[in-house]
Amino acid sequence: MTAPTDFTIAEARTALAKRELSATELTQAHLLTIEALNPRLNAYITVTPEVALQQAKAADAALAKGEAGPLTGIPLAIKDLFCTAGTRTTAASKILGNFVPPYESTVTANLLRDGAVFLGKANLDEFAMGSSNATSAFGGVENPWKRTGDDTVLVPGGSSGGSAAAVAARLALGATATDTGGSIRQPAAFCGIAGIKPTYGRVSRFGTVAFASSLDQAGPMARTVEDCAILLGSMAGFDPKDSTSAQMAVPDFAAACARGVKGLRIGIPKEYRVPGMPAEIEALWQQGIAMLKDAGAEPVEISLPHTQYALPTYYIVAPAEASSNLARYDGVRFGLREEGSDLKDLYERTRRAGFGDEVRRRILIGTYVLSAGYYDAYYLKAQKVRALIKRDFDEAWGKVDAILAPATPSAAFGQGEMQDDPVAMYLIDVFTVTANLAGIPGLTVPTGLDSKGLPLGLQILGKPFDEETVFAVGSALERAANFTATPSVRAAA
Amino acid sequence: MSLDTATVRRVASLARIRVEEDELPRLQSELNGILGWIEQLQAVNTDGVEPMAGGGTQALRLREDRVTDGGIQQQVLANAPDAGPEGAAVFFSVPKVVE
Repeated sequence: MTAPTDFTIAEARTALAKRELSATELTQAHLLTIEALNPRLNAYITVTPEVALQQAKAADAALAKGEAGPLTGIPLAIKDLFCTAGTRTTAASKILGNFVPPYESTVTANLLRDGAVFLGKANLDEFAMGSSNATSAFGGVENPWKRTGDDTVLVPGGSSGGSAAAVAARLALGATATDTGGSIRQPAAFCGIAGIKPTYGRVSRFGTVAFASSLDQAGPMARTVEDCAILLGSMAGFDPKDSTSAQMAVPDFAAACARGVKGLRIGIPKEYRVPGMPAEIEALWQQGIAMLKDAGAEPVEISLPHTQYALPTYYIVAPAEASSNLARYDGVRFGLREEGSDLKDLYERTRRAGFGDEVRRRILIGTYVLSAGYYDAYYLKAQKVRALIKRDFDEAWGKVDAILAPATPSAAFGQGEMQDDPVAMYLIDVFTVTANLAGIPGLTVPTGLDSKGLPLGLQILGKPFDEETVFAVGSALERAANFTATPSVRAAA
Repeated sequence: MSLDTATVRRVASLARIRVEEDELPRLQSELNGILGWIEQLQAVNTDGVEPMAGGGTQALRLREDRVTDGGIQQQVLANAPDAGPEGAAVFFSVPKVVE
């Protein structure tokens, strides 16, 4: 029999329904794995065994009464950016190190409504600002994958690095994550799992610690595309508490996974062939195109001419919004306080001590681009280029049903590499950031291994609110790629 | 556009982040590195383009103007930095602002 920690969510649901194992046993198997591997991987900032076992007990009671919901008894990791009532929520920052929310985020409330079990709060880059999980005030996360014959500690990607490592190493069946510039899709690719950033407005932002409000969108990570569809079905939905939440019904995403791709036109954007891109990434992309063609889809070359301007646009818009959102951390009402000689001194000392280097850097950039005399040259200009980037996609949707592109320009890199130059780190998000600027859905699917044995992913981009086609294409790619490799650090089977 | 030390100091003050004198040179060079890279946007022709402000295309919703919450003073104050072990704060305190 499959080890409980190796189940997909779909398999675990069947096993629980047939009473082949109890929700308590499934949760305990994960808690044991966490106990064994988390001290090394650091995927969780906070583990909540009591909460998890209590929820598992309730799940068993519901299963016994035949009242199971879509996620009853499914153990998940929750990115430590989602407020969980009564459980510390840190955003991986010292400034929120002791913050215990008195309320529940809409995403986690929806998952609890459907019966999920929360194992704990997953590590991330501080305030989700980073691409390697290196900026966490609670320490970095180790990627459970290793280069063949080489023990170098690799990064899991970021910002949802803890979520990705936990799912890959079998420390959870699935996880919640958020994506502002690639923070779901890039770590999913680095850790050999699937992850989707839905359309902006599909999932409520209420109770999720804000980074850049016009770009932030929550989504799931899991080991299969279908599992992502199951989780998104629970997380999504209209929420009156988020003014940007879309008043739209939630379709059956899991059913869309079986649709197939016959007759679909798949856009291949020529601008995603960036200078210096490794030959392996290009080869993987060509394989993906061939797989979808074999499954009945028609590849169509398209042009997204403003692609090269997406990253600099993002690094104006995101820090500007962050500088505004993070103004709330002032040491007065919650979080860290450093005493000062007067109120301004208290603010300045608190924010100096509470925020890490990267967060302070982004707040300063954001403050500068919004300041008098520079607003038009930077912020307004970026908003206009953002409109052009979105227009590129709008025009593409006249010719294609979805787009296939690489998820990242490389496989996972070593801890300590890329840390000295902020701009070099920013370039890792070159393929993912466009979806956030345009507000469209993007799904990473693990598709192959590089020559050193590390996972690589491809990305499917879709029309706004057409996650169903994205799931259909992603599932077809998943079936064709048949990615069965597993990381070397994981639960003993 | 390149930031001088005085501008970095002014921006830090606007952002209410303390910066020590010895941190200024490194910060200045990092910020200039980022701003220099962002500069490439000036090459894009954006004449007549409407700026895109939000993340979605849907119009923001208005809600009924009515009280939907309240009476949760304990919860609001529970995370106050000076709440003490009993969570006994009854207000938020700040350093004296009136002489």
